[in-house]
Amino acid sequence: MPEFTLRTLADQLVNGLVIGNVYALIAIGLALIFGVANLINFAHGSVYMIGAYVGWVCVIWLGWPLGATFVVVALICATLGVLIERFGLRRLQNEARIAPLLATIGISFALDQLVQLIFSPNPQSFPNPLPAARIALGGVSIGALDLLIAAITAAIAVMLFIFLRFTRLGWALRATAQDREAAQQMGVDVDAINALTFAVAAVLGGIGGVMIGMYFTSVYPTMSYGAMLKGFAANLLGGLGSVPGAVVGGLALGLIETFGVALLGSTYRNLFTFIILIGVLVLRPTGLFGARRATPPEPLTGTFVANSRPVHIPRALVIGGLIAAILLPFFTSNPYLLQILTNAWLFSMLALSITLVTGTAGQMSLGQAGFLAIGGYASALLSMRLGLPLELSLLAGAVIAAALGTLLTWPVFRLRSQYVALATLGIGEVINQIILNWEGLTNGAMGLSNIPPLSFLGLPVIETAPIYWFALGILVVAALFQWRLMQSHLGRTWRAVREDDVAARAMGISLNRYKALAFIAGGLIAGLSGAFTAHMYSYINNETFAATTSILGLTMVILGGMGNMAGAVIGAIALTALPELFRPLADARYLIYGVVLLLLVRFRPQGLLGTV
Amino acid sequence: MALLEVRGLRREFGGVVAVDGIDLTVNPGETVSVIGPNGAGKTTLFNLITGLDKPDAGEVLLDGRPITGLPPEELAALGVARTFQHGRVFGNLSVLDNVLVGAHTRQAAHRLRTPVLGMVAELILALIQPPAWREERTRLRDEAREVLALFGDRLLPRAEQPAYSLSYANRRRTEIARALALRPRLLLLDEPTAGMNPTETAELLEFIRSLKQRGLTILLIEHKLSLVMQLSDRVIVMDDGRKIAEGAPQIVRDDPRVIEAYLGHPRRGWDARDAQVAGEDDLRVVLPQAHHP
Repeated sequence: MPEFTLRTLADQLVNGLVIGNVYALIAIGLALIFGVANLINFAHGSVYMIGAYVGWVCVIWLGWPLGATFVVVALICATLGVLIERFGLRRLQNEARIAPLLATIGISFALDQLVQLIFSPNPQSFPNPLPAARIALGGVSIGALDLLIAAITAAIAVMLFIFLRFTRLGWALRATAQDREAAQQMGVDVDAINALTFAVAAVLGGIGGVMIGMYFTSVYPTMSYGAMLKGFAANLLGGLGSVPGAVVGGLALGLIETFGVALLGSTYRNLFTFIILIGVLVLRPTGLFGARRATPPEPLTGTFVANSRPVHIPRALVIGGLIAAILLPFFTSNPYLLQILTNAWLFSMLALSITLVTGTAGQMSLGQAGFLAIGGYASALLSMRLGLPLELSLLAGAVIAAALGTLLTWPVFRLRSQYVALATLGIGEVINQIILNWEGLTNGAMGLSNIPPLSFLGLPVIETAPIYWFALGILVVAALFQWRLMQSHLGRTWRAVREDDVAARAMGISLNRYKALAFIAGGLIAGLSGAFTAHMYSYINNETFAATTSILGLTMVILGGMGNMAGAVIGAIALTALPELFRPLADARYLIYGVVLLLLVRFRPQGLLGTV
Repeated sequence: MALLEVRGLRREFGGVVAVDGIDLTVNPGETVSVIGPNGAGKTTLFNLITGLDKPDAGEVLLDGRPITGLPPEELAALGVARTFQHGRVFGNLSVLDNVLVGAHTRQAAHRLRTPVLGMVAELILALIQPPAWREERTRLRDEAREVLALFGDRLLPRAEQPAYSLSYANRRRTEIARALALRPRLLLLDEPTAGMNPTETAELLEFIRSLKQRGLTILLIEHKLSLVMQLSDRVIVMDDGRKIAEGAPQIVRDDPRVIEAYLGHPRRGWDARDAQVAGEDDLRVVLPQAHHP
């Protein structure tokens, strides 16, 4: 443990407050949007990242002074915010809350990838343009940038306070946040207020991005995701939608993180965010300062299920498709095609598991990749350390993933609607962080290498075609397993929980039990897929099953149709194979995924084959 | 002994007392109606009895056994079924599946109650489908069709249609069918005829009467007074969270306190026929300025 003198303590305090200031800026933006549009805006992190890049271009490429840079960042980000609101979200205002949330995920995928395509995925150096001199103040050393960040945040907070409190527009904004319909009745143009809110939030986010870029002296495309989660955790800590709460929450998170890192090491940085995220959601969803609210009287549809009649797929077609898939290796000599389809089979299993949990049982899961990771690590470790034969270690991986994953998800069962999505996202990240930090077991960021390759009944499975058949085989087993459950009383009970949890309880259905059963069944399938992946690659690390994998799986499910098993497989094939087949698109795959998600949510929420 | 007994039930929402010391009993085979102006606390009372909400004070007994604060799923297992004021069918489930969900607590799976092992057993048995489970499945399906047949040809021809595609009245019927599939000992109906036209209302009245004749115990919230007068053995009148009158329908109807609650001033008497002259025997329609202090 590092030595803790009073001096380092004071320095950490300054560091924590400075970072906390930026978190507060992000959190204020999220709070404004949550207040006015009742929406958790996943694209906010992307706006922040784009703000950072714009600032970097202005300062480094164009050599502009900071003042002009901030003005340009504010203008560009405000425009971006308005565009997101107008073209991404306005039409989704009256949909289930999860619809705009998914749309913002799509937008963030697209924006992040766009920046990657323009500026490359590598970090760009952003040297601090301010004088490097530091002022010693009573034993604490403060840099010019620290002061600038504090001053800008304070100025913005004061301006925002004056705007909200003393201007007509600010009143209109607050009125809209309190009661949208009443505000509209009183003549407030709520659409304009919405756009204004997004603009203001985007300016705050963008400026925060520039400052963080200078503070850590680099900008990179993936900085968006973490920032959004931090802003959200800060906002949640202070009470969702509360602007003063966001400031306090941001500062608190900055301090917790800085001191936590000082105590435990920098790989723990993100863990605090996720623990706060889950802890507050589960224990005190109204935040530290929010009042306890009574339970909402009306049903909250937890998921995003459009009324539809699913397309009926005749059994002959399913069997015919399967036979074609089995025979394919005899007709192609292209190993690349088989590899892509092997991936598609493995993704199909992830999609099946998501469609069960999210589509059938209505629990929007953004953390399903956590099940893949547990399955992969469990199977790899069991075969490496205990010498378990592959068939057993695959099964054990699936069972451990189902048991451990469901246990970790248990606290989420008391949540509803969009909070389930956030909490599962957090749990997926916590699993990832545990893998990263539990080095004795998982070898940390180095990952596990030399994982025993696939084999079946003692015969090694290392050629492309046998691996393809093996993957197809376990997919068929998993699909039959799920199909059988869907035909039993469980399918009906899960769907009842999804449709109306209050009515389901009144009919004697224990929600916890059937949510757990859905996660167990889905976890078995996802765990099996993860275990297979580990042995197929013979190497995994904490990034093999990242959060983007969960969201990609969800996009596949929405593409195919929620709860629709055939849809899950078709969605998985489409989204895995298509970008590969059209090679020039491969670099832009997340751009495609994002746009697909956005368009689906807007124009075809029931997916290709319809909701089951 | 009373099947349902409620003693001194009280529920407050941030200073507003929605249910204020309500006592009521329902004897086996009785039909008891709860009436009162909008906002009198009737639905809150239902939510307290069925476990969707927890009372601040008072107790609820079923067969003399305290059930206060039990979660709704356990009350359902004890034979308490309800419908909801605004109708809550499972939209994307077929009509038949809706009714089968009503039979949830009667399935063999529901008897596997050991916390973790029961759950695992349920998963494995659902996968294997042992003969007893398959038999039960057929039996419950047949039974669900019988329940649907109680509504004549209203629901049976639509058994495989998703519930969202039904007419409003048919969705309300589906909800009642779902509650009946639970084989309830006590059925709570929250405004079953709300939004139904006079023909549909008359049809449902006959239906509830037939349930009553079969010995079902019913607690009913209803606004249509003629229906209440024809069905109820006893009527309880609520206003402002309190019980202001109770007794046989005719007696309650002429009670000056009841008239005052509805009209805001005493009047000689109130006749359901007055209401029918006005088009519909719904107090809210006839008396738009119901008294709300």
